[in-house]
Amino acid sequence: MSQAEAAPVGAVTVDSVPVRKRIWTLGLFRSELVTTFRRWRTLALLAVLAGVPILVGIAVKIETSGDSPAAGGGGGGPAFIAQITNNGLFLVFTALAATLPFFLPMAVGVVAGDAIAGEASAGTLRYLLVAPAGRTRLLLTKYAATMTFCLVATLVVAATALATGALLFPLGDVVTISGTRIGFGEGLVRALLIALVVAASLVGIAALGLFVSTLTNSGIAAMATTVGLLITVQILDQIPQLHAIQPYLFSHRWLSFADLMREPVYWDDLVKNLGLQGLYAAVFGSAAWARFTAKDITA
Amino acid sequence: MAASTAGESVIETRALTKRYGGGQLAVDGLDLTVPAGSVFGFLGPNGSGKTTTIRMLMGLIAPTSGAARVLGEPMPRATRTVLPHVGALIEGPALYGYLSGRDNLIRYDSADPAADPRTRRARVATALDRVGLTAAAGKKAKAYSLGMKQRLGLAAALLQPRRLLVLDEPTNGLDPQGMREIRSLVRELASDGTTVFLSSHLLDEIEQVCTHAAVMARGRLLTQGPVAELAAGARGRLVVTTPDPGDAARVLKERGVADLTVTDDGVTGEPPAPGTDLADLNAALVAAGVRVRGFGVERASLEDAFVALTGEGFDVAG
Ligand SMILES: Nc1ncnc2c1ncn2[C@@H]1O[C@H](COP(=O)(O)OP(=O)(O)O)[C@@H](O)[C@H]1O
Ligand SMILES: [Mg+2]
Repeated sequence: MSQAEAAPVGAVTVDSVPVRKRIWTLGLFRSELVTTFRRWRTLALLAVLAGVPILVGIAVKIETSGDSPAAGGGGGGPAFIAQITNNGLFLVFTALAATLPFFLPMAVGVVAGDAIAGEASAGTLRYLLVAPAGRTRLLLTKYAATMTFCLVATLVVAATALATGALLFPLGDVVTISGTRIGFGEGLVRALLIALVVAASLVGIAALGLFVSTLTNSGIAAMATTVGLLITVQILDQIPQLHAIQPYLFSHRWLSFADLMREPVYWDDLVKNLGLQGLYAAVFGSAAWARFTAKDITA
Repeated sequence: MAASTAGESVIETRALTKRYGGGQLAVDGLDLTVPAGSVFGFLGPNGSGKTTTIRMLMGLIAPTSGAARVLGEPMPRATRTVLPHVGALIEGPALYGYLSGRDNLIRYDSADPAADPRTRRARVATALDRVGLTAAAGKKAKAYSLGMKQRLGLAAALLQPRRLLVLDEPTNGLDPQGMREIRSLVRELASDGTTVFLSSHLLDEIEQVCTHAAVMARGRLLTQGPVAELAAGARGRLVVTTPDPGDAARVLKERGVADLTVTDDGVTGEPPAPGTDLADLNAALVAAGVRVRGFGVERASLEDAFVALTGEGFDVAG
């Protein structure tokens, strides 16, 4: 018997035993991106996000095309909304300010919550692990793909807003919050910078969602929990009595991105926000790792 | 080299035990040895701990106590070096319904860092061809029938040349034609020298394709060894076919044959003790005027072996 199998085993060994040195090949990451962005669900989330700036743009256009161009808004509108009619570029800032509190993090919560738990409920997790994807590698890949989704989702909002703004309103020099004037090109750079900061603001909830995703074998439960946590945190952030803990809520300094529209830029809150996102990523990333690498995969 | 350290056994477990979180003792002190090159049947009724054992062998769950070695390496510690040489089908196939069959395989192959991306498309095509899914490769997996899903799962296990294939109830839910296809594929793979570890709750499946077998019941190993020896371990039956069953039974009883059962066209009983020559027994029957149509000892089946081991039939659920 050992004679009989010596030949084929030998052949296999020569061909493929050199388990290639590059453990961290990008193949899995690429596959993860393809798998994520080919899903109908992902595309639907992006479509909803793209719809927000279009709707805001049309609403502002209709509102102001009447005889009262200096309406000034009902007071409670998103930041920058009053300036859109003068400069379509402001639709980018408005759309990001409008989607950051809920639509964007909700979309990220869905993708992050589903990351591991969705594979578990489909049963595909066990096949990825026996492939063998490696638990740490798979988790890192999932996190990287989720962060890519954060970036893509934010850029979709920004790009749609820019296109809508350019179509419906004039473009031109930008008046900053501080009252100074910057050229349109400089304004575009600021817009891109703001989009990047908004994407980075989602790093915290992405890590939280990934952690939740390692706790259950139900994709739906993980997504619902993550979105539920988002809503809870947003509510807690509104209760004045809780001001002591509010600086530690991941959403507390989200709107600090507006400080990029000051001249000179006011960095204090921006840095605090990014630091907090990093802290969430470290804490919940480690928790997810500890949980996932020790977990029995029975689904 | 992994091949030399593996020695004669591809899977080796020592006192392997798993108690699930809920307190369920699913596998209890399992000592299993799977020889290289064998088609090893892992037999047991539903709930006897087959899947749990396979999950431990594949590093999906950690044993509560005991140890397991696969291809000579300890599991779950060596998953990264061992599993590229192992193809597995565990508890049925699992696929991305929104991806095509081909893209499912590409996804699973990308997950293996040892797989060469340059040969990926070619290997995927070969695997699809091997299980007869080339024509359906572009269809979304959610449109596949159960048999096609099962075959796609097998194709995923065949993306690379493997030294060990672990197939957990690969014919579950298939129609007889599908079962035959899977079995012939298993035989074909085994003839290439791949060791196949095949779990099943179907006795005849094990008897048809396996060279070795282990029998599980309620988490414990009852026996293991070459299939021929296992069956030989149980005693066969002496079977006499005759139109005179009454007379035959009387003669056999006089000669000390125990446990006689008389039917319309014959008598069966325990085979005589090794001291008695079967030919003498037959001569005695004929001398007593019994017209003998057939005479012999029927080889025991694996089922007889199982009944002898457990004292019960095979269909008991755990
Ligand atoms: N994830 C789990 N949690 C708790 N108990 C389990 C789990 N999976 C299986 N069991 C129990 O362990 C025992 C063995 O199950 P299993 O290994 O699936 O058997 P088999 O594959 O032979 O049908 C059964 O009693 C089953 O109920
Ligand atoms: Mg099972």
